[in-house]
Amino acid sequence: MEIVREQDVVPFRNRVREFSTRIGMSLVNQTKLITAASELVRNMLKYASGGKVILEIISHNAKTGVRLTFKDEGPGIADIALAMRDGFSTGRSLGLGLPGAKRLVNEFDLKSNPGEGTTVTVIHWKHGR
Amino acid sequence: MERIPILKMGPFLLVTIQIDLYDRLALTLENDLINMVSQTGARGVLIDISAVSIVDSFMGRILGNIASMSRIMDAETVVVGMQPAVAITLVELGLTLQGVHTALNVEKGMELLNTKLIGNLEQDEEEEEDQNDRND
Ligand SMILES: Nc1ncnc2c1ncn2[C@@H]1O[C@H](COP(=O)(O)OP(=O)(O)O)[C@@H](O)[C@H]1O
Ligand SMILES: [Mg+2]
Repeated sequence: MEIVREQDVVPFRNRVREFSTRIGMSLVNQTKLITAASELVRNMLKYASGGKVILEIISHNAKTGVRLTFKDEGPGIADIALAMRDGFSTGRSLGLGLPGAKRLVNEFDLKSNPGEGTTVTVIHWKHGR
Repeated sequence: MERIPILKMGPFLLVTIQIDLYDRLALTLENDLINMVSQTGARGVLIDISAVSIVDSFMGRILGNIASMSRIMDAETVVVGMQPAVAITLVELGLTLQGVHTALNVEKGMELLNTKLIGNLEQDEEEEEDQNDRND
């Protein structure tokens, strides 16, 4: 799913809700996943002027979950450890997006190279673990 | 342009957010509310978010801004009806709604604002008395 403008955020969140509902994820877990997704998609818009998200339902060791891959071709993140810190922001906002998203989902992976863009992959299992 | 209606109820302003806000609408609401507090001299702002299913750090920041701007103009902000799933998620996200009071529903929120209003009036009176004592 392409994310290029602010108006894409709400429809995208609705897609994530559809996927989580389809596997029978509880409301609290859905809310955690969608909130994390909302943070990551906002970052993509704000710092990389948009990108793409792949939504998938995955199964692993008898567990079912939703995997979201956020891929942009923006400036990338030079110091990932710093960007992951609570309260760190280059955008004069709260700096909770990356660390908060990591806390909200079961699996979180961030890959970024300056000049090449950023890819964040998150997985949230049906039962939240 | 689409807008969220703001209702005036006595000394308070009431906003019911019926949908998941997109950013521009949320920013417009922030502006409208702050303008209206300053124009009407309202003493409280009540925001009903019972229909809101997602509050991320952007939305949280807007609620915080409304509260801190209103406070400067002597109005308290109460957010009512936050869904339990949203409340749980906010804690993990690490977001504390600074300066924002919360209440279960609109009725309880009104009660809270009324108590604060009375409290503030008494405080104002005391300050006035102090002032008078000093003038004597
Ligand atoms: N997709 C991205 N591309 C480039 N930089 C990013 C991206 N996502 C996050 N960042 C950087 O990481 C910082 C922290 O992000 P975040 O935790 O979401 O906080 P905030 O968005 O409030 O700044 C941002 O300020 C920005 O510098
Ligand atoms: Mg962010």
